[in-house]
Amino acid sequence: MADLTTNFIGITSPNPFWLASAPPTDKEYNVRRAFEAGWGGVVWKTLGSEGPPVVNVNGPRYGAIYGADRRLLGLNNIELITDRDLHTNLEEIKRVKADYPDRAIIVSIMVPCEEEAWKAILPLVEDTGADGIELNFGCPHGMSERGMGAAVGQVPEYIEMVTRWCKQYYSKPVIVKLTPNITDIRKPAAAAKRGGADAVSLINTINSITSVDLDSMSPEPSIDGKGSHGGYCGPAVKPIAMSMVSEIARDAETRGMPISGIGGVTTWRDAAEFITLGCGNVQVCTAAMTYGFKIVQEMISGLSEWMDEKGHTSIQDFCGAAVPNVTDWQYLNLNYVAKAVIDQDLCISCGRCFAACEDTSHQAIAMSDDRTFSVIDEECVACNLCVNVCPVENCISMEAMAPGATDPRTGRVVQPEYANWTTHPNNPSARAAE
Amino acid sequence: MGSDVFQPGISAGRLDPESYDTQFADLHPRLEPHEALVAADRCYFCHDAPCITACPTDIDIPLFIRQIATGTPDAAAKTILSQNIMGGMCARVCPTETLCEEVCVREVAEGKPVLIGQLQRYATDHLQEQGVHPFSRAAATGKTVAVVGAGPAGLACAHRLAMLGNDVVVLEAADKPGGLNEFGIATYKTTGGFAQAEVEWLLQIGGIKMQYNAALGRDMTLAQLQTDYDAVFLGMGLGAVNALGTEGEDKSGVTDAVDFIADLRQASDVAAVPIGRDVVVIGGGMTAVDAAVQAKLLGALNVTLVYRRGRDRMNASVFEQDLAASKGVRIVTHAVPVAVHGNGAVREMEFEYVDDAMKGTGQILRLPADQVFRAIGQRLVDGDLPELAVNKIKVDSAGRTSVQGIWAGGDCASGGDDLTVTAVAEGRDAAIDIHAMLTGAAG
Repeated sequence: MADLTTNFIGITSPNPFWLASAPPTDKEYNVRRAFEAGWGGVVWKTLGSEGPPVVNVNGPRYGAIYGADRRLLGLNNIELITDRDLHTNLEEIKRVKADYPDRAIIVSIMVPCEEEAWKAILPLVEDTGADGIELNFGCPHGMSERGMGAAVGQVPEYIEMVTRWCKQYYSKPVIVKLTPNITDIRKPAAAAKRGGADAVSLINTINSITSVDLDSMSPEPSIDGKGSHGGYCGPAVKPIAMSMVSEIARDAETRGMPISGIGGVTTWRDAAEFITLGCGNVQVCTAAMTYGFKIVQEMISGLSEWMDEKGHTSIQDFCGAAVPNVTDWQYLNLNYVAKAVIDQDLCISCGRCFAACEDTSHQAIAMSDDRTFSVIDEECVACNLCVNVCPVENCISMEAMAPGATDPRTGRVVQPEYANWTTHPNNPSARAAE
Repeated sequence: MGSDVFQPGISAGRLDPESYDTQFADLHPRLEPHEALVAADRCYFCHDAPCITACPTDIDIPLFIRQIATGTPDAAAKTILSQNIMGGMCARVCPTETLCEEVCVREVAEGKPVLIGQLQRYATDHLQEQGVHPFSRAAATGKTVAVVGAGPAGLACAHRLAMLGNDVVVLEAADKPGGLNEFGIATYKTTGGFAQAEVEWLLQIGGIKMQYNAALGRDMTLAQLQTDYDAVFLGMGLGAVNALGTEGEDKSGVTDAVDFIADLRQASDVAAVPIGRDVVVIGGGMTAVDAAVQAKLLGALNVTLVYRRGRDRMNASVFEQDLAASKGVRIVTHAVPVAVHGNGAVREMEFEYVDDAMKGTGQILRLPADQVFRAIGQRLVDGDLPELAVNKIKVDSAGRTSVQGIWAGGDCASGGDDLTVTAVAEGRDAAIDIHAMLTGAAG
């Protein structure tokens, strides 16, 4: 069985599955249960400054989006940072770390953007024996109205400044957690790097309103008839997170910077995908909140089985393996020509591919009187929509045309060599091929 | 319909030759990958799931279903097999409708359980068909254990003992392994020689020596085994069949349902197995249903299953009763056999109807019968055995008998239902206790 032991910025954990800073990691009781269930590490729920803790709403904190059969696809929350006393949290962290020396414990912190505030809390955190800290520059709700969380994460200069303070007053690794509520994720990542951060983690949650009650006209979750935007997470946000991770992984300024991947990790496969895009580990929250801590068993068995199958002996073997294949649109091979192919043995004749193609795409699927659906190669642009709407796995596939064959749609012979938009004759700013 | 279905008496080949394959096809064909994903998607991954509690072997069902759903059926198989080494057979023969699926929250809420049994088969078949044996042996303990009986209890015990580092000698009375998995289960529940394939796969663990044609009491004594081995596990099942105790029972045509079922399983061509035109099966358990349904599948014109109590008291589940009814078996309840009529061979079975207290009503039922199958239970073959409790070997929760160094499990031991899955659980648990005892870890 593959060794899942992970060394992330010098912090080792028995597997790459950490629980993200969130409600599941708010206290000793939960964290102990998580470690017993097999989680490799936790990022303790965000600590605030000394003094009276924040208060949470006393009504619903979460709203949800469902798929078929009420499967939870997206969750939003308006919970703030820990509402428990700072010293209670610190004592608990110290105790748990002492009992689980092989697991990673990272402490998430969010205090005002003043040097004194950071200077005050960092020694206290250092004393717990935790393995590192994560700077919460991401929470989009509540705390951001007070100039913290996403309000810091949206200003690269602040990120750099605070990161620098942390590196000055704290001796162990510093991870900067990024908010996705920003136009270009590379900017805050680069700022973190300039400030001396050991790693970034992303994404934090996305501004969202999950639904509106059409009787009370209140957004959900509704607190006495009013709602506030909350942070969106869960399987629905994974594509957004992976795109942002890949941007950091391949940008000239941030390339090679360790990344802890967060955003909708629900299965071993999600985790593997994040890792191939350059993450050294992943953090999970919604999946645990939906199904309980036990899901880590599936993540562990699935990832190690896949690694065995592929001959990977460590996470490092495939970390970032997909990064070289993430490119800009302009570099995609325009000489690559594919056509949809429908496997008639698998087809159940539902006609969804036909409706999608006929109504909204290229009229490239024919339907016979006996409900046989077939691809019209003369019209098919290989857009993939039929594949996406087909309810049967592998029933429709996109098959590449061999070089030398003639594309019946364009009448052109498929060229073997790579050619992209930068050299295409239709591109007004095309450069001659070198 | 073949031309010979109306022919009285007991004869083979009542149906068109080509129809037998359809008749005896897999009762639940394996799920296709897409079906498996759809079925797996219905599982809620319940906390402390009722299905796990209901499984005698405590398989982590939500976990293995999630592993199927996430595209790792082999990991799912390991989850199953680590608890139940005969998870493949159990997936086929477990009365899931009275175990895991009965308590599935979706059965309780919607009347439609997650298809746990079929998902289990999907996963175990996926792994086992690759010939992969996912377990390995611990460091050798230097101990050797005798296991009597190569049925589900014995093999589960042997496998766990071998896995823990012990050597095992399995002594089996028959000339091949499997026990009831091989001889006692309806043909349509385990097709394609699965029972033997599963045993071969199980033995890949190593350290298990098989000896056939070795029956306790006939070929060896318990005292001898105790002398020759470090411990003994008894899992020889119930070798004897209860008699009706009815006048005329010795007439030809009156046989044991278990023999009929075994003959069918062992037949190279089921069409060659003779069956009566009018068949009567006496009993109300799985064996009775297996015999009745298969009699019908062989082309018997009239098959009547007669049980002495009400349907609610039948050991056969409602699913099994419905299966029998769907194949055209008539189920008669509240009737006890009174006499077997016929001149040398049975021609008619006579029953008396009884009330719920089993008191005779004086009302008589006479059924034409050229073949009668007894299926009113099996019992232990008498012998020099540890202390009994209600006609079975008395054991505690770890499978220990009244004699130090001898454990027992499966149908021959007290406690638990007489199910494959229960036998596996008892064999496995006894192995763990034997190992602890032999290595000094238990008191």
